[in-house]
Parts: sequence; structure tokens; C-alpha cells
Amino acid sequence: MVSIVASNPKAVMELLDQIPDPEIPVVSIREMGILRDVQINEKTCTVTITPTYTACPAMGAIADDIKALLKSHGFTKVVVNTVLSPAWTTDWMSESTRQKLRSFGIAPPAHKACDQWTTELTRINCPRCGSNNTSVISKFGSTACKSLMRCEECKEPFDYFKCH
Amino acid sequence: MEKNEALKKFLLRLGDNALIQGHRLSEWCSRGPMLEEDIALSNLALDNIGRAQAFLDYAGHFYSNPQSADDLAFKRSERQYYNFLMAELPVGHFGYTIAKQLYISAYEELLFEALTQSTDDTIAAIAHKAVKEARYHFSHAADWCVRLGLGTAESHDKLGSAMSDLWAYTQEFFEMTDGDLQLLQLGIAPDQNQIKKVWTDKVNKVFMRAGYVMPGECHQYSGSQQGVHTEYLGHLLCEMQYLQRSHPQAAW
Ligand SMILES: [Zn+2]
Repeated sequence: MVSIVASNPKAVMELLDQIPDPEIPVVSIREMGILRDVQINEKTCTVTITPTYTACPAMGAIADDIKALLKSHGFTKVVVNTVLSPAWTTDWMSESTRQKLRSFGIAPPAHKACDQWTTELTRINCPRCGSNNTSVISKFGSTACKSLMRCEECKEPFDYFKCH
Repeated sequence: MEKNEALKKFLLRLGDNALIQGHRLSEWCSRGPMLEEDIALSNLALDNIGRAQAFLDYAGHFYSNPQSADDLAFKRSERQYYNFLMAELPVGHFGYTIAKQLYISAYEELLFEALTQSTDDTIAAIAHKAVKEARYHFSHAADWCVRLGLGTAESHDKLGSAMSDLWAYTQEFFEMTDGDLQLLQLGIAPDQNQIKKVWTDKVNKVFMRAGYVMPGECHQYSGSQQGVHTEYLGHLLCEMQYLQRSHPQAAW
């Protein structure tokens, strides 16, 4: 089977937009900024991805997902390249991505300019009730990209996506 | 020394520091003083191991017979490792680990900041990612220094003696070999003397915030630039390399 996407990088990008981030399934690898580029040469598709953190353990799973999906759409050969530059940053997240994180219970990065990260943990809004009366439980959380916080209003703990 | 030889050695030092620190930090997994710190220390370990992978992978290109990051991690012997002596010291108690983290992450933040300007594109690319991680590691360590330093008499004393015991391993960070000087000329490696000045100031600020006085000059241990290590590295490698040595080529 050779589908219509097989010759069109833009269509492949849109197809790959279906692949969720393995650790935050509510957003896609494209929305997270992990998916960087698609090149097509006959039946070979080369996809470029970049890790969020240097040691992001999800990279292997993401590459497998990309290969499986593209092979099912008619590519005989799929190459997944990993690049480190330009370095991934949370600044690449769009407002709609940030909203998706929020509705999933994760507070999105509080600052655009990541240089301000030292003061960032002072005013994070709770993704559940919106209160900014929150405090840090731990600088590190369930994955490399998150820290753990607590809302003093609704008393719920929540994940915060660190500014990076 | 040939430039590529100097670069290989420089990359091994970067990779080995990350690998050995990462391995030591991973020893805390399931043994942290509380759940949150167990997770924090494991995350620190993960960041280090990722960085080790990146630097060792690149170092492998400079061997006449190219080596993978795994080859370099699991098949070299003690004398072929160039990590700081401090990195290989046992984790000790929580305060001791925090003191190690403070010294090393303060250095790494400055080192990677400088390396983002490296004329070597691969090093600069890794540094751009690593600097953000190191900055976070430093803030974690500095916060704990203040908390333990201003905590109970016991926490103050335990952290204080760890920081002064480990001081004897700090000046080794800034040693430069002839190869490093050559890389400095080429804009690949930074000037460690510059880093040392800023590092001393940065660490001193934490000492003051945490209610300590920075140690004065004392005997300094050295040797890792020549692959000469403390008794602890051999034991660490025995454990880390056991599987690959007993079952060569084992993969998963
Ligand atoms: Zn709330």
C-alpha cells in the first residue's frame, strides 16, 4: 500500500502529529517540538527529532513509533536521526499546547525567557483551580522535565513543566 | 600532541565525569532519605548518564578503530579513565553527596556555559543542553546546602565536615594538560583559570548563605589527568562493567 502521504513531507509531518509524547500523551511529539524535520527521497523517509533533555529515555520509543507509523503508510525505509542543535526549549510550546498541558493537570512553563528560571518557582498557577498560592514540593518530579508542586488552596499536588 | 589526540582525551574527561557521577548518584535509587530526594537523585543520575552518552559517543569517533559510547564505558580499565577523583568517591551520607554535587555542578555550569562558545560544533551543541541541566543541579545542591547548613546542629556539622573533607579534591577540576592548552588556542576548550575564579566566588556565596566559612588552602589530591585514581574507581568499574565483561557483546 502506498498512500498519498508518501511523496509529501508536509503530509508526513501532519501524519506524525498523531504520535503522542510517550510520557505526556495529551500532546504530540510535534507539539512538544521534538519532531524537527521530514525529508523524502523515493521510498526512504528521513525524520529528524531532538531530545527534550539530553538523557530523555523516551527517544527510543518515539523513534519506534515513527518507524512503525510510516512503514504502515508505504515507506519501505524510515531513518530517524537525532540532533542536539538547536537545543530544545520549552519556549517552542504554543499557547494551545500549554492549554492542553493545563487541562491534563500539568502547569506549563511559567516564563518565556528561560534565563529567568531562577525566580520561576515563586508564582505558578495551579492547573486545577487556577490559584497562584502554590509551593514547591520537590525540584524534581516523575520525569526529567517536571517538578512537583502543591496548591495551598485546593490542597492538591500537581506537576509543573519546568522552564527549560 | 596531535590535535585529535588532545580532543579525544578532553572528551573522555567530560564523558567520564558524567558517567562516574551518574553511576554514583544512581546508587541512591531506592535509598534516598525521602521519596522526593530519591527521585531527585535518580533524575540527576539520568541527566549525567545522558551527557556521558553524548560525550563518549563523540569521543569514539577519534579512535583509529571507532568505538561506541558503550564500548568506551564498559571496556576501558581504570587507568584509561580521566574523571575527577571527586566523582568516584563513595556517595557517603546525604550531606556528603550534596557537598559533592555543589562543587561539581557549580563547576559544570561554568564549564558548559563556556563550552557553548566552543569552535567545535558538536561540543557546543551538547553544552547548550548540558548547561541548562547543570544550572538546575547547582540550584538543587545550593538549596540543600542552605537547608542543612541552617538546619540542626547535626545537619550543620555533617555537611560542614563533608564540604571541608571534599575541598582537597576541588583544585583538580582546573588542571590543564598540554593538550588542553592546545585546545584553548583553537577555541575548543575553555580557560580553566577563568572558570576557577568564578567558581570560587560562586561556591563562596553558598558557604556564606549556609553559615560556613570557605576552607583555606590545603593539600590537594591530583592524578586523574594521568588516569591515576583513588582505590574507589576500580571497585565501581567492577560493578558497572560486570555484565559486559562476563557476557561480552550482551545487548538488549
Ligand atoms: Zn489548586
